[in-house]
Amino acid sequence: MNHFDTPHGMTRRHFLSHLAGASALAVPAWSLTQSMVANAATLKSNHKACILLWMGGAPPTIDMWDMKPGATTGGPHKPISTTGAGQITELLPNVAQQMHHLSIIRSMSTREADHERGRYYMHTGFVPNPNVEHPSYGSVIAKEFESKLQALEIPPFVSIGGNSAGPGFLGMAYAPFQVDSNGRVRNAQASVEEARMMDRMQLLGLLEKRFIRENRGPAAAEHAKVLKNTMSLLTSSQMDAFKVQSEPETMREKYGNTGFGRGCLMARRLVETGVPFVEVNSGGWDLHQDCFNRLEQKLPEVDQAMSALVEDLAARGLLENTVVLCMGEFGRTPRINGNTGRDHWARSWSVVAGGGGIEGGQVIGATNEDGTRVTTEPYSAEDLMSSICQAMGISLKTTYTAGNGRPMKIAGGGKVIGELFG
Amino acid sequence: MIRMAHSRGLTWLLAMFCWLAHERGLKATEPTSGSDSSHEAVVSLIDEKIRTAWNDNDLRPSPPATDAEWCRRVYLDLIGRVPTVAELDEFLGGKPRYRKQELVTRLLGSEYQDAFVEHWTAIWTNTLIGRTGGQQRRSLTSRTGMGDYLRQALSAAKPYDVLTTELLTATGAAQPDNNSSEDKYNGAVNFLIEKMEEGGIQATAKTAEIFLGMAVQCTQCHNHPFNEYRQNQFWEMNAFFRQTRTEREQDPNNDNRRLGYLVNRDYAGEGRMLYRDARSEIFLEERNGQLVDRDAQQVSEAPIYYELRNGQVEVAYPVFIDGTALEDVLADRNSEFGNSGYLEHVDRRQELARLIVESREFDRAMVNRMWSHFLGYGFTKPIHDMGPHNPPSHPELLDELGMAFRDSGFDLKSLMRWIVLSEPYSLSSRVTKKNRQDDPTLGVAPQFSRFYVRQMQAEQLYESLLTATQADETLGADRRDAMRQRWLQQFSTAFGTDDGGEASTFNGSIPQTLMMMNGDLVRRACSTDSGSFLDQVANNWDLSNREKIQYLYRAALSRMPSKEEINVCNTLLASRKGDVVGTLQDIWWAVLNSNEFILIH
Repeated sequence: MNHFDTPHGMTRRHFLSHLAGASALAVPAWSLTQSMVANAATLKSNHKACILLWMGGAPPTIDMWDMKPGATTGGPHKPISTTGAGQITELLPNVAQQMHHLSIIRSMSTREADHERGRYYMHTGFVPNPNVEHPSYGSVIAKEFESKLQALEIPPFVSIGGNSAGPGFLGMAYAPFQVDSNGRVRNAQASVEEARMMDRMQLLGLLEKRFIRENRGPAAAEHAKVLKNTMSLLTSSQMDAFKVQSEPETMREKYGNTGFGRGCLMARRLVETGVPFVEVNSGGWDLHQDCFNRLEQKLPEVDQAMSALVEDLAARGLLENTVVLCMGEFGRTPRINGNTGRDHWARSWSVVAGGGGIEGGQVIGATNEDGTRVTTEPYSAEDLMSSICQAMGISLKTTYTAGNGRPMKIAGGGKVIGELFG
Repeated sequence: MIRMAHSRGLTWLLAMFCWLAHERGLKATEPTSGSDSSHEAVVSLIDEKIRTAWNDNDLRPSPPATDAEWCRRVYLDLIGRVPTVAELDEFLGGKPRYRKQELVTRLLGSEYQDAFVEHWTAIWTNTLIGRTGGQQRRSLTSRTGMGDYLRQALSAAKPYDVLTTELLTATGAAQPDNNSSEDKYNGAVNFLIEKMEEGGIQATAKTAEIFLGMAVQCTQCHNHPFNEYRQNQFWEMNAFFRQTRTEREQDPNNDNRRLGYLVNRDYAGEGRMLYRDARSEIFLEERNGQLVDRDAQQVSEAPIYYELRNGQVEVAYPVFIDGTALEDVLADRNSEFGNSGYLEHVDRRQELARLIVESREFDRAMVNRMWSHFLGYGFTKPIHDMGPHNPPSHPELLDELGMAFRDSGFDLKSLMRWIVLSEPYSLSSRVTKKNRQDDPTLGVAPQFSRFYVRQMQAEQLYESLLTATQADETLGADRRDAMRQRWLQQFSTAFGTDDGGEASTFNGSIPQTLMMMNGDLVRRACSTDSGSFLDQVANNWDLSNREKIQYLYRAALSRMPSKEEINVCNTLLASRKGDVVGTLQDIWWAVLNSNEFILIH
């Protein structure tokens, strides 16, 4: 077996057998090595997962999921019918064929129309607050699934082609692991052979432990935790999940030879391996200018990758356990500006969700005839995150205690969007 | 119209206020002597205010940090790297009573000028154009140009008000190697050159954020939901940038590059026909005994318009955030200049820069920023969102320190000196029973009763590794800079959004750890090639093996190894059958990868 991504001649089994045996250094065992329980059995995921397709910059959902043909606020493209209830843009013909798996929520109304704030709000279910940093979807799921992930050696929260949002008060051990869409994990090649690496880790363990004992705040212990997770990853054969290039060519072509396509394919591989949360980033949606020509360039890529992902997950029987969610920071104005673009708009927009027990094929909520207003019950980021947590089997009664001792309800205390579950 | 709303009395008051501010501004530009005693007075002020707050909050400070810990801290924060063993020895050999003051004087003096300038150039570059500014292929921003300007300004020890004015009013070509234009190269334009789109929304937001500590980004669309900023203030501030535009052209010598220029142009205002040359009659009327062109104001007026949430359109002219209308400021000269878009009447950016540096927000924002650089937290969280809605933790200290900074003639080095010689900066980072609750990560206001541990910035790590190991000593300055830029780029991602959002993976997560464990930089730092740092330590016959181990610990951590650490290292050395250089390499790798190394403590 070619250990492409594991250190030079170092396999997990080998490394562990060395640790078990006599090391040159008779240092008391440190927690760094304690975690490295050999787990030879191939991991089969038996828990739910979530894939977030993050459209960074905020795409115009009025031109994608909730079109207004004929209205002065509508764009030039035409809606087409889908295998689900609603119509979507003609630029997403393949996604249209998968819409029986996915539901459109057309009544998002979220208040935050600034990129940074919207990004934070949609990822955490909380509006930014200078005194507390809230954990994002991936961190919450990594934390809540911790006991189910004993056999997972790679990070439980992976973000492909972007950085997602952070772990907040849950700490760096729940931070996103960022990789590029080629699946190259930088610096994963150890510079020395395993016996020496082991000695180095023993020396390092001693230093880490000493500094933690000096009681200088949580950063020291978090460093050690991340180090442990890094070691686990370095020696794991599960790193193969990142090797998107080892997929058959037909499969790679199906997803498309684009960053987003490779990212979606990698997301499927990671979910198969047992990673419970993967974010795939698609950027460049801040379409203040030349919106419609750029949609014609950008949407085909999304169409191919997103439809391939949903179809592939369904074909492998993974979709019933995998939530797929597609959104950006907010929507874009139901008004075309002087540069043929659309500006930021959070008052009425759409997200798409399916899989993991969410009932597909529906259109939930509605906007008025020109898309400027939600006419049904408006849904917030809190409501959306609560619904995803529900689908993931995470109790909405879960409460975190932020540093300040204040109890904090998961997902901002939102309420589940009932229609998603039939 | 909004600008007409002022009553006569109010206008007079505003004019009075401006006059007073102007007087004070003039006074402030005469630097005080900066004598030891005036420095000491400000340091005492800090200590006193901070101590009062400890008492009020029933906190007891941690004991002082060891002098070696303090030394490591102050090298990292002032010149961006850890001290070498020789520097540490020299400091610890000084007279205990004076050595801290002496070290600070040296680090701020000519001896360390280059390191100081490089460090603060990097910090200011990241503040002004972000970590990703100028990194995209066809970007108009020249990171080199930005650095050029800052390097030159910091080398000349330009006062902060001068530096700010130069950044805010700059015109010229952005790229240093642009030989194809008559426009003069001016690196300072790189702050604004890519912030002028859509009428300069980003120029407005970033100027307010960086120089006034005001977060106004959201108010372009609506009144702020939970602070006092109003939508009209955003657009009235934005109006100051409307004579400015970015012009671009294809580089004739390079297909992949566009050249950028920041220029001032007469501005006609938005969305209306010009009267100007179309007038067939000019009406004169008598005002204050003089005949004046009745419609002159309408001819030169350059209004802008913005839309309220309810769709209503409002007009805006240049008005500073405190309500000072440019029209009133310039009324003495000519009643039509303030709202005019003609450069012969007014240079709006010049006026803005003057209003900014005269405002108290300007000095307080800088004090807050600088304090947070050295102490890990500012007086407000975040530092760029100050105002009545977000009261500072130490209002009097912030205010008085701001005034002292203003009175020093905006001398950045004085401000730095005061902070690093203060008591809160001297404390240990160890948590004690009596200050456990002073933990800003818990959402409480920081009281600085201990030194909050924080991670080095990527730049500090890079410089520290290179300094400790002299890994790039043989390279020229240009090569060195290019290598550093390339290395730093790996951590940053730009979101590609209109607000220039970006993120870094140099944040203590796995990619950073992988870089430390296996990356090229640490590999180079751990080189045992002939002449390398480790080779020199290993083959230094004056040092025993034990001293060699101690040397490594001191080079990276500024402390001696513990007995246990020495023992373990010796065991390793024995098992390697005397392979000293190989063993030292492993020790060095471990030390560099430790929490203790990467954390400023």
